[in-house]
Amino acid sequence: MPRILKYPDAICEALEQEMSRDPSVIVLGQGVDDPKAILGTTKGLVEKFGSERVSDTPLAEDGMTGVAIGAALAGLRPIHTHIRMDFVLLAMNQIINMAAKMHYMFGGAVYIPIVIRSIIGKSWGQGAQHSQSIYPMLMNIPGLKIVAPSTPYDVKGGLIQSLRDNNPVVFIEHRLLYYQKGHVPEESYTIPFGKARVLARGSHITLVGISHMAVECLRAQRYLKEVGIEAEVIDPVSLSPLDIDTILASTLKTKKIIVVDNSWITCGAGAEIIAQLTEKNHENKGIVFRRMGFAFVPCPTTPALENSFYPNAKTIASTAYEMIYGKKDSWTPDAELTIEEVEFKGPF
Amino acid sequence: MTFSADKSILYKKFYREIYRIRRVEEEIARIYPTDKIKSPVHLSIGQEAVSVGVCQALRPDDIVFGTYRGHAMYLAKGGDLRGMIAELYGKSTGCAKGIGGSMHLIDTNHGIMGTSAIVGTTIPLAVGYAYGLKLNQKDSIAVSFFGDGAVDEGAFHESLNYAALKKLPVLFVCENNLYAIHSHHLQRHHSDNITERARSYGMPAKRIEDGDVFKIYDFVKATVEKMRAGSCGPVFLECVTCRWKEHVGPCDDFHLGYRSEEEVAAWKRKDSLSSLGSLLESDIRNKIELAVASEITDAFKFAEESLFPEPERLYHYLFKE
Repeated sequence: MPRILKYPDAICEALEQEMSRDPSVIVLGQGVDDPKAILGTTKGLVEKFGSERVSDTPLAEDGMTGVAIGAALAGLRPIHTHIRMDFVLLAMNQIINMAAKMHYMFGGAVYIPIVIRSIIGKSWGQGAQHSQSIYPMLMNIPGLKIVAPSTPYDVKGGLIQSLRDNNPVVFIEHRLLYYQKGHVPEESYTIPFGKARVLARGSHITLVGISHMAVECLRAQRYLKEVGIEAEVIDPVSLSPLDIDTILASTLKTKKIIVVDNSWITCGAGAEIIAQLTEKNHENKGIVFRRMGFAFVPCPTTPALENSFYPNAKTIASTAYEMIYGKKDSWTPDAELTIEEVEFKGPF
Repeated sequence: MTFSADKSILYKKFYREIYRIRRVEEEIARIYPTDKIKSPVHLSIGQEAVSVGVCQALRPDDIVFGTYRGHAMYLAKGGDLRGMIAELYGKSTGCAKGIGGSMHLIDTNHGIMGTSAIVGTTIPLAVGYAYGLKLNQKDSIAVSFFGDGAVDEGAFHESLNYAALKKLPVLFVCENNLYAIHSHHLQRHHSDNITERARSYGMPAKRIEDGDVFKIYDFVKATVEKMRAGSCGPVFLECVTCRWKEHVGPCDDFHLGYRSEEEVAAWKRKDSLSSLGSLLESDIRNKIELAVASEITDAFKFAEESLFPEPERLYHYLFKE
């Protein structure tokens, strides 16, 4: 029997195991030691490791990122937690001007092993400022590693890998992935950065989904199966470095690809992935590309509009169908509640 | 507080340190028009006493963080001169392999943890370093050098609050040269109350108005002893000072009209270098000056003769293995 764990429990287990193994790991962030413990992901850590290693912070994202960098220079391995990725915007100065640059700018004299952990929000009225995922902006910056695992297995292995990496790692979770359950080995393990995960095999079309959009792509893959379309679903897992080779190999096989961003389409990961595919495949014409992502407006709160703001399994499936059979032969799967919509109720 | 028994030794040491920084920067200013230094230089000339007064009171294992106007701090803390000049020249033998330039000096062997061109950014780094020192029960301290411009930044306030909250062994040194580029601090601050603001965060704060290297040294010496002894927490020191040269570059800037020549002349009349010099016998002074001159000649020669990084080095140091 495989050991089944929920996504947040896999995160908590990774933190607990890595803090036990390495006394230099410290956890910082607003609410990391409070009763809700970042949706349970830091549960029990302050009791086990003490308040010097598991520490609440003032609401000072920029300053506290600098503190994490300074602590890293002093030999610690801080993980700085933001319960919404929107709050990372307040720390961009330290992340981009300092953390990402210091190893290079000082000619290798120092290095910055910090993890910036953040959770993307979605649904139940998260609205314009609790729903953003700014990984495309960060992918534009050299010196950062960016990971956004979608499965409990990868979130545990990815977090342990992030804590052992000697560079700044932006570690991206998604609120709706917190309902994912999956196989998670009990022992400590890592997953390599720069290696995409093929979540489903298929030969008719490639669906690349980032973060929670990997789950939507998997659902779309199941819908498509009912109409005889075999979709290959890829979760890049790490966005910087990006495993373009796995995506390229799949696309050369299927000749069709949709990249579903968990953010806006403009200058997004989809733009980057498709540009890289085009550059690497300039002699092999005939590949059909499509980008999907957030509607190019701030996220509305009312579900009446929010539902049209995000791509979902249905829109992904019907887009795939249209790419295979053409516009006039359209098809949309029957509506079905997602597991999150069933289980995720407010207020938070 | 006096250290009178040691004074004559200190006169010599302080004279040497300030003279050395002054001469290095004068040489940078002299060379600058040749374009051999392809890096913006923010000279510390006039402000040396702050770095020397503070750093002379520190131990080698104390850690300093600074700003783009960081030559004085780097040299006062013992940073390698050859590495610094080679860095300004963009050579691979520079302290940051030529990648950093004047604004990004570093010498971890001497506790110099880097300077930054973004105002206020190294303040929280010093606080975080102090967090690490405290967690690892070390008795060294972290020192954050910054200017009055940094007081405007959010990171300054976030850092002071957190350092006080966690009682961290960090000394904040505000080098208040009154101007952020050309903007007087009273154009940016409601009142002349930087130390009051620091105090309100929960730490002792002291203001030294005349740039006297001994006052700065004595205060820091006594302060760091208390900081090492236990959990006295952070301390704040504001040193009013004067940048003699333009904000960036080797020249004067009186033609801009944002400050008067007399304002700077008043500071020149109380220059620590001249007052220290007058306390030393001329043969002692000459000996120091000759040694410094030969060290500077050597450093510039080293920089001149060093090689530029090979083009393939472009991608080195992006990530640490």
